[in-house]
Amino acid sequence: MSLLEIKNLHASVGGNAILKGVDLTVAAGEVHAIMGPNGSGKSTLAQVLAGRESYEVTEGSVTYDGHDLLDLDPEDRARAGVFLAFQYPVEIPGVSNVYFLRAALNAVRSQRGEDELDPIDFLAYVREKLKVVEMDESFLQRSVNEGFSGGEKKRNEIFQMAVLDPKLAILDETDSGLDIDALKIVAAGVNAMRDPKRSMIVVTHYQRLLEYIVPDRVHVLADGKIVRSGDKSLALELEKKGYAWLEEGVAR
Amino acid sequence: MKTEQQSVESLVGGEYKYGFITDIEADAVPPGLNEDVIRLISAKKNEPAFMLDWRLAAYRHWLTMKEPTWANVHYPPIDYQQIVYYSAPKTQTGPKSLEDVDPELLKTYEKLGIPLQERQLLAGVAVDAVFDSVSVATTFKDKLKSLGIIFGSFSEAVQEHPELVQKWLGTVVPVTDNFFASLNSAVFTDGSFCYVPPGVRCPMELSTYFRINAAKTGQFERTLIIADKGAYVSYLEGCTAPMRDENQLHAAVVELVALEGATIKYSTVQNWYPGDKEGKGGIYNFVTKRGKCAGFRSKISWTQVETGSAITWKYPSCILQGDESVGEFYSVALTNHRQQADTGTKMIHIGKNTKSTIVSKGISAGFGQNTYRGAVKVLKNAENARNYSQCDSMLLGDRCGAHTFPYIDVANPTATVEHEASTSKIGEDQIFYFQSRGLSKEDAVNMIVNGFCKEVFRELPMEFAVEAQKLLGVSLEGSVG
Repeated sequence: MSLLEIKNLHASVGGNAILKGVDLTVAAGEVHAIMGPNGSGKSTLAQVLAGRESYEVTEGSVTYDGHDLLDLDPEDRARAGVFLAFQYPVEIPGVSNVYFLRAALNAVRSQRGEDELDPIDFLAYVREKLKVVEMDESFLQRSVNEGFSGGEKKRNEIFQMAVLDPKLAILDETDSGLDIDALKIVAAGVNAMRDPKRSMIVVTHYQRLLEYIVPDRVHVLADGKIVRSGDKSLALELEKKGYAWLEEGVAR
Repeated sequence: MKTEQQSVESLVGGEYKYGFITDIEADAVPPGLNEDVIRLISAKKNEPAFMLDWRLAAYRHWLTMKEPTWANVHYPPIDYQQIVYYSAPKTQTGPKSLEDVDPELLKTYEKLGIPLQERQLLAGVAVDAVFDSVSVATTFKDKLKSLGIIFGSFSEAVQEHPELVQKWLGTVVPVTDNFFASLNSAVFTDGSFCYVPPGVRCPMELSTYFRINAAKTGQFERTLIIADKGAYVSYLEGCTAPMRDENQLHAAVVELVALEGATIKYSTVQNWYPGDKEGKGGIYNFVTKRGKCAGFRSKISWTQVETGSAITWKYPSCILQGDESVGEFYSVALTNHRQQADTGTKMIHIGKNTKSTIVSKGISAGFGQNTYRGAVKVLKNAENARNYSQCDSMLLGDRCGAHTFPYIDVANPTATVEHEASTSKIGEDQIFYFQSRGLSKEDAVNMIVNGFCKEVFRELPMEFAVEAQKLLGVSLEGSVG
């Protein structure tokens, strides 16, 4: 059964059409990779799924877990189990990681009909999750992403994902700006969270990440459409040939 | 704790709720001001001659003064002859206990969530409730009295401790100080008075709630707090006011005196009616607050959270006269809709090794205009004076404004003066980040703003900090679209 079904999705930013008819179906438990050249609309797709208001959906539908996803506010999508790991995580000065995450988790939990966690139970819970991304506890007291290195920011995204336990995780270029050691840690964190009940969409420019997070399906996005889909071997083919041959295919 | 929590919630919940007017027969003089009115006020309050002389001196000086225009605020001219300068509830003989208090007043306090019953003792708060310029009930006086602490209304202090009043009144804010302070000196009707004797640490937070009631009654409060050698006192001031369609002038004066080794901590959560969304109505809060660190190693700390008033004009200041004395100013000022605030502090270093800290957080939303105005002055003999100032502004939306005017005047080369300033904006990307984690826009703004104000909130007593946080949330409702 599919968790996510995107049909003929069109979206624009500031009047410029970016997505021009995306079709994509992701079944529960599957990991899909979305690849494509710069400007093909990968990040736009991720932002649209998370509900960013500045991205206008002009046509098409997105069904998530039986609901019309586009009808939900961003926070309601998150509470329903959609998680976006940002390509550029935002700094929030003055708000500690631990405070931020507890508020977020409790928002998600109350949606699921679960009790809110008090600070003590929450701390016990997050300590376990810190191990997933090999982060130090001092991390919790720092302001959200403030003064974090690029690698720390990305690890923080995966840490948040582990804490919030989403049904659908969208990873937007989580590999960009990571050195190989950080990449391995992030990939291990993601792999540890693979679960038959959780689907993931991994957006990436490079095949490198897919050596560590092996996808079930690979899609190539070019000029706002998915132009090719295949298994993991498609990623290797792209690595060899680059994106140009696909774009030629579109033009033809 | 539970009841306290509830009363805090009822105090800050929803839109401005305190727009009720208590129906009490007011004993008011006709509008306008002249020497006869001042004589009448003094007579009605049965004051000793020195008080009348003092008031008249203030009035005569006030006549020579002009209303200041340097503040970055704008309002129509005030007609001082239209203001009612005296109004008191009819029950004049002074209540002996709660049963003697007008039940209408008690209901008003209940609506405000002011605890007047026994549970206050548990909460550790003694309330000197000022209603319509006359103090109605004072609690815990006996407990404080056993420690030698005098805490009550200003009028009582004038009757019972005239020598203390005469000794200290006007020593920090003289009758000639400024236009509004001089006016206050001439016409003030009541306020709070506190004296803590040498070596005594006041065991509870002292607290006063102010409330403006009768229409067109300018509120002129006078507060005087003296901490004698080695004494400690923490004083809380919180305000709410009824909804009004007319601007109301509030020109209070607060004087603090800390003698050798004494500490005074003065915290304010100010929530006067700010006017409606178009800026109609609302209080003009033109206040003079100043403390004098008169003795060696004395300390005065001001903490304020200003969310109310149509216009705020206020600079709680410290005169650091004693060697090694310390002055602190922690402030959060929020302006939303059409509110205007021009607020800050003055730190005047006179003694050697004096130290001052200024942390100011200004938040502007809607069409709000927020100005920080602060002066650090190091006089010639203030060897090794140190000041640290941090002045941060946050903007929500693009129609509001933040302004900073730091004045630094150093006459001693050994001084160290640091000033840091920043301006930030709550970005759409920050709000989306919160939303993508399941938090609403309101949660996002609240958390960001509270994070921004953290350094100030932690200076507030616990229950006040909770109130302040919620107050900010309420005040910012609807500021993100």
